[in-house]
Amino acid sequence: MSEPIVKISGLNKWYGEFHVLRDIDLAVAKGERIVICGPSGSGKSTLIRCINALEEFQEGEIVVDGIELGPNLKHVDAVRREVGMVFQSFNLFPHLTVLDNCTLAPIWVRNIPKKDAEATAMKFLERVKIPHQANKFPGQMSGGQQQRVAIARALTMNPKVMLFDEPTSALDPEMVKEVLDTMVDLAEEGMTMLVVTHEMGFAREVANRVVFMDAGQIIEANTPREFFAAPRHARTKLFLSQILR
Amino acid sequence: MTDISSSSFVRQDLLAERPAPIKTTGFIGLVRTRLFNSPTNILLTIVGALLLWFTVIPSVRFLIVDAVWSGQDRTACLAENAGFAVGACWPYIQAKLPQLIYGFYPEAERWRVDLTMLLAVVLLLPLLVPRLPAKGLNAGLFFVAFPVVAFFLLHGGGIKGFGLSWTAGLLQLFDESIIGAGQALLSLSKTSAIAPLLWVVGSLIVLVGTAISWLIFPLTWLRDYVQVMGQPVWADFGITAAIVSLIAFFLAGGIRTGGRALASSIAIFIAIAIVIKLMGLDRGGLPIVTTNLWGGLLVTLVVSVTGIVTSLPIGIALALGRRSTIPLIRIFSIAFIEFWRGVPLITVLFFATYMLPLFLPGNFTVDGLVRALIGIALFTGAYQAENVRGGLAAIPRGQGEAAAALGLSWWKTTSLIVLPQALRHVIPNLVNSFISLFKDTSLVSIVALFDLLGSLRASFSDPKWSTPSTAFTGFAFAGIIYFIFCFGMSRYSLFVERRLNAHRRS
Repeated sequence: MSEPIVKISGLNKWYGEFHVLRDIDLAVAKGERIVICGPSGSGKSTLIRCINALEEFQEGEIVVDGIELGPNLKHVDAVRREVGMVFQSFNLFPHLTVLDNCTLAPIWVRNIPKKDAEATAMKFLERVKIPHQANKFPGQMSGGQQQRVAIARALTMNPKVMLFDEPTSALDPEMVKEVLDTMVDLAEEGMTMLVVTHEMGFAREVANRVVFMDAGQIIEANTPREFFAAPRHARTKLFLSQILR
Repeated sequence: MTDISSSSFVRQDLLAERPAPIKTTGFIGLVRTRLFNSPTNILLTIVGALLLWFTVIPSVRFLIVDAVWSGQDRTACLAENAGFAVGACWPYIQAKLPQLIYGFYPEAERWRVDLTMLLAVVLLLPLLVPRLPAKGLNAGLFFVAFPVVAFFLLHGGGIKGFGLSWTAGLLQLFDESIIGAGQALLSLSKTSAIAPLLWVVGSLIVLVGTAISWLIFPLTWLRDYVQVMGQPVWADFGITAAIVSLIAFFLAGGIRTGGRALASSIAIFIAIAIVIKLMGLDRGGLPIVTTNLWGGLLVTLVVSVTGIVTSLPIGIALALGRRSTIPLIRIFSIAFIEFWRGVPLITVLFFATYMLPLFLPGNFTVDGLVRALIGIALFTGAYQAENVRGGLAAIPRGQGEAAAALGLSWWKTTSLIVLPQALRHVIPNLVNSFISLFKDTSLVSIVALFDLLGSLRASFSDPKWSTPSTAFTGFAFAGIIYFIFCFGMSRYSLFVERRLNAHRRS
């Protein structure tokens, strides 16, 4: 395995007295797709939010593409430029059109001229198959469309790693598919992805590795085939027996 | 009648259109369906009609039907001369109109007020119409250039120097106060128990002050050199223009990309030069009209426009400060807001006018109108801060997180994502405060500033126009003027709200 693009070592985080993340070690290779699953409250979201410093942590180190992110969060801006994130609740900017949502960061963070930024944005909107909605406001679109815009918005910054925080949990079943299809396309293009999700089908089909978390620690990590066919830890077996009925 | 009780049915001939049995459209329809359609509504309609009858009819009678429209003095508005019970006495307003608009502003100089108001309208109207272009330039002219021009137009006076003299003067004042503090400590050290400590600190401060005075010596020397030249203002102006333009040129990237900045800087200075030349600021400017002569609508507008324009930035800064994670900023903001909200505006104005001069050093005076302006701006700013905070609280945390995840800094997240949404949420509250500020300006009359209402009350004492209906006429007139401004703001805010909240209509 080559030098990992994301390397988490000895990560510990507390919310006040509550120990949310305990000794997390995880290395993600370039182009690898990792699905993180586990019961709610197990720290999955907190873990990937630490990777782009939306959450601070007390111990350990995260290295993203050679940029160090320690507990003092010194290189926050540099890391965030390399990492794209998609949220459960989309978090599109409601007062801006879809196109402006996608050009805002390139213009204001990367100082790209407006024309070029719009051309890039349109390219990514085409890739998520909604170029004709570019001048609508987010509030005028369906949930699935909004989440695809959110993916396009993250991609306009040319991230090296994409984080997905339960991207389909707020969608109805019909829309889940259109978002998952977009993510599968992205995976096929070789994007490094860390996905927190309960979509086990997606995990089976796309992931290189499935990481199971409970009580703030990584319980088991394995290829999807091994993970689903022969879980080794008792907690994993219980979890899988409950969700795969 | 077709029998459709059997399960199958086929229509034989189509039914023709026919009018409704009772009319539901037009006036009759309105009366029937909305005004008299139930006992409660009949009652409400009658009460409403009576209310209108007892308010509208007397008002119209007073303002129009029974009004006296022409005359030279009070005799025209007396019942025995007019031959009927006199309502409004409009010739009185006509005679006092100049006083109501300008106060005691000298008659020969009133064109300056007219010109200022004209400039304000010419600059403000295009700013309010969204379709017109060049909003940036327009806003710059209205918010930056216009206040300066308006000051020299309304107040008069000229300038003795320009940027160079001002910078030198300011630095010198700063330096002198440092040296002064040091010397005070030194003289204190002669008598104090901790004399050596005071002496050391005092000498250190004096040393620093002297060092600064050497540091700024080239600047003060240049200033003194320029001041003895034939054209001190223009020489100073030229030097300032050259220095600022060069700084702009190099900050914008030098030869490669600085051309634009250089050109716009030079254009701005040429515009300033034209203004200085036109108004003769280098030759003493227009005759000075001190602010205690200002009055009437002029004062009302100056106070309210300044208050409105300055209170919003103050409010935004305080609201952001109150949500800051830095304790010092947060505590300062909270203390500031709670202090100004806890004190009545009248107290603020009284304090600013009569108490503040007692606390300031002897040679340091601030104009009375400016004191009132600052008081009102800070007072309204505290209220606006709470309005804005309400808007900020309505923005979900995810918005800031999404912006941060895209790599936007705190400032960019706040100014591009959070504030635009927050302010849209609270447009009604903000305008509410503006309207209340506009009407509260009448409180400045208690600190010897004669705004519209103050001028009106002053005019009541004129025996030439003393009639039974003078006061009513005056207040009716003032009420109409206030209403026009406040209603205008209210309607415009509705328009802005609809326009900016386009994204919330799906």
